[in-house]
Amino acid sequence: MFKSIRIRTAIAIIVFLAGLFYLTPSLISDLPSPWKNYFPRDKIHLGLDLQGGMHLALEVDTQKAVETTLERISNDLKETLMDNKVRFRQLEQRKGNIILELPEAASRGGLEKILKDNYPDLELTSSEIIEGRERVSLKIRGKRASEIEKLAVEQSLETIRNRVDQFGISEPEIIPEGDNRIIVQLPGITDTTRAKNLIGKTALLEFKLLDEEHSLDEALRGNIPEGSIIAEGYHMDRETGRRTAVPYLLKNKTLMTGSSLESAQVKISDRFGEPYIAIKFNTQGAKDFDRITAENVKRRLAIVLDGMVHSAPVVQERISGGQAQITGSFTMEEARDLAIVLRAGALPAPVNILEERTVGPSLGQDSIDKGITSVIIGGMLVVLFMIVYYRLSGLVANMALIMNIIIILGVLVAFKATLTLPGIAGIVLTIGMAVDANVLIFERIREELRTGKTPRAAVEAGYAKAFLTILDTNVTTLIAALFLFQFGTGPVKGFAVTLSIGIVTSMFTAIFVTRIIFDYFVWNRRIKTISI
Amino acid sequence: MEIVKPTININFVGKMKIASACSLLLIIISIVSVVWHGGLNLGIDFSGGTLIQIKFQRETATEKLRNIFRSIGLENSIIQQSGTDEIIVRTASLSSDLKDFSRRIEDALGTAYGKGASEIRRVEVVGPKVGRDLRNKAIMALVFSWIGMLIYISWRFEFRYAVGGILALIHDVTITVGVFSLLNKEFTLVIVAALLTIIGYSINDTIVIFDRIRENARKNVKQNLKDTINTSINQTLSRTILTSFTVFMVVAILFIFGGAVIHDFAFALLVGLVTGTYSTVFIASPFVLAWENIKLSKIKRKK
Repeated sequence: MFKSIRIRTAIAIIVFLAGLFYLTPSLISDLPSPWKNYFPRDKIHLGLDLQGGMHLALEVDTQKAVETTLERISNDLKETLMDNKVRFRQLEQRKGNIILELPEAASRGGLEKILKDNYPDLELTSSEIIEGRERVSLKIRGKRASEIEKLAVEQSLETIRNRVDQFGISEPEIIPEGDNRIIVQLPGITDTTRAKNLIGKTALLEFKLLDEEHSLDEALRGNIPEGSIIAEGYHMDRETGRRTAVPYLLKNKTLMTGSSLESAQVKISDRFGEPYIAIKFNTQGAKDFDRITAENVKRRLAIVLDGMVHSAPVVQERISGGQAQITGSFTMEEARDLAIVLRAGALPAPVNILEERTVGPSLGQDSIDKGITSVIIGGMLVVLFMIVYYRLSGLVANMALIMNIIIILGVLVAFKATLTLPGIAGIVLTIGMAVDANVLIFERIREELRTGKTPRAAVEAGYAKAFLTILDTNVTTLIAALFLFQFGTGPVKGFAVTLSIGIVTSMFTAIFVTRIIFDYFVWNRRIKTISI
Repeated sequence: MEIVKPTININFVGKMKIASACSLLLIIISIVSVVWHGGLNLGIDFSGGTLIQIKFQRETATEKLRNIFRSIGLENSIIQQSGTDEIIVRTASLSSDLKDFSRRIEDALGTAYGKGASEIRRVEVVGPKVGRDLRNKAIMALVFSWIGMLIYISWRFEFRYAVGGILALIHDVTITVGVFSLLNKEFTLVIVAALLTIIGYSINDTIVIFDRIRENARKNVKQNLKDTINTSINQTLSRTILTSFTVFMVVAILFIFGGAVIHDFAFALLVGLVTGTYSTVFIASPFVLAWENIKLSKIKRKK
């Protein structure tokens, strides 16, 4: 390799200084101001297990997104068929299919034409003739369905990101995983229940009319009139603050959704001092709202959020300003969070929490302390042992060891990798591995010396022979570490990161750097004996 | 300083039969233990469930805690002391209302001990679906790393060396898993990381000796393989013991000072280090010889 000791020394010093350069901001939190500008800003990025926080794995119910789309299409199709005077019967949705009956042969042609012209996403999957009537089954095309699913995940990701941003958490990490999963990492969060509500809420805002023509009691007994649904609401007693559930009978048709919202803000009502949410529609939404209220004066319009009726005020007059209020006896915190989710928009499909890991900040600090204690005690023991066993050569190995730790941490900062508790364990293990390399070399040199070689020849042969062994052992370990990194999750990944970095850097320090020192002494100083 | 004299000459290969018998016995015990316990004691990472770590201001009686948990419908939980003032609670059942789970516990503890007397430090909830995923990924990581190393060693050495090395690894992993099963310790994702580390470490150790065998075999073509292997193990013995000792020391420190999260991880490493060092000397290298003998006897029979 490089013959010149000077060049090799320069390389070693540059690498070492680079490591130190990246590490400095993490070591000294308050750099004096002229220096501040010269150093990188990043500190060691601590994992959630060290700094405390919450890790969530969410699953987007993409199937539901497809179903919702199908429902919309089916309602639309119903109207289009009626408009075009195509006769049909019993149009309904079943297991991801739209099923309808065509009572006459002419309808088939009409349906096909409408499908071709207006619904390119639908395909006819099967048809059978039962008692002279044709039964047709329609489905969303596979390609389109997977597009909807993909879009649902993308939109969910975007929406959750918006919500978390507005909630005000520093350095959140929101990343997709696999086909339909989203990983959310929120460092330093303490109120986990609130955070989960904020992230997991679908926040689908709908405006529906109350069904006032039919009796609610009759519906509760099981006779729900066609086109209506029963929805749950609640009533809060102002005196006691107790909430009681109240059922409502609603028209199934959604007149408007929260997608036409422009803003949502928390306001305090003058009368009771309670928070409510003032919403403002965008231009199109304001127009729709104007029309809806005009058509339904004196009727009750329910404001439904995620299937729950928040309030059902009587429309006193036509509302044309595009503004409305959602009242519903919230606490201040609830109102604030609701405003956030309304502003950020609804999730296109419900999300389920699959996995949750929360670490309190005090445990994190504990882990850091324990980790650092382990590294220091373990390191000191190794250092001591090396000096006792290999004397001055041990000292050289120790120098390389300390340099190795600094470079590992520097690389972690430079690559913006995350240091976790298992990561610290990885570093501790690397200490062991690095020592192994030096043990291999030193044992070889001792063997060579025993055969009567000069120090110079012994060093030469020792390094040459040990190098292949070290390379083979490290590459095999690296293979294991890389697989760990590839398939590992969370804490295991953190371990693999430091181990992989450590293997590479330890080869540099334990072989390259120590060799410089040995070469200096056997070449330039021409020492007669090696303290080994 | 020297621990192992350079003139040392122990007949390791001669002890191969006893060693194999020992290993076989340990492996059988391990497998029987796993079967006896009805599979491994899978942690929530793999089986799904909930884990909560709570720190108290003072020491508390487990019995009192059990009553508190019963009152909020967690009678099937395992309560484990961790240090003097910390407990870890595990329930296999997933709480139906995941969102309020920790708050419910917090409230119950608050009423029993007074507010601020306890602190929830860690909550982990893993759904069954994720558990299955994590399990599959863990198995994949193990299998692929074995295949990866098999290929590398076959390329750098010979196929029989690779088989010997991997056999030693399977030996180490099985026994470590067996020890966990015998002690009924929880098998978590972190333990899988430990197993992979053991694999990495053990193969490291094995290759050092293989490397020496390869070198000596080239130097002394006339020497029979049995002697070559013996010489090689003896020549590297000093290094094997030194490295094992330092790594063992470092991991022991982790075991003692690393805290609850690292504790079992370090324990697995300690077990693995011992079996790893043992298998390197007594399993991997002698296997190479055994392979050779089988091949030779086959050739003889053909003649």
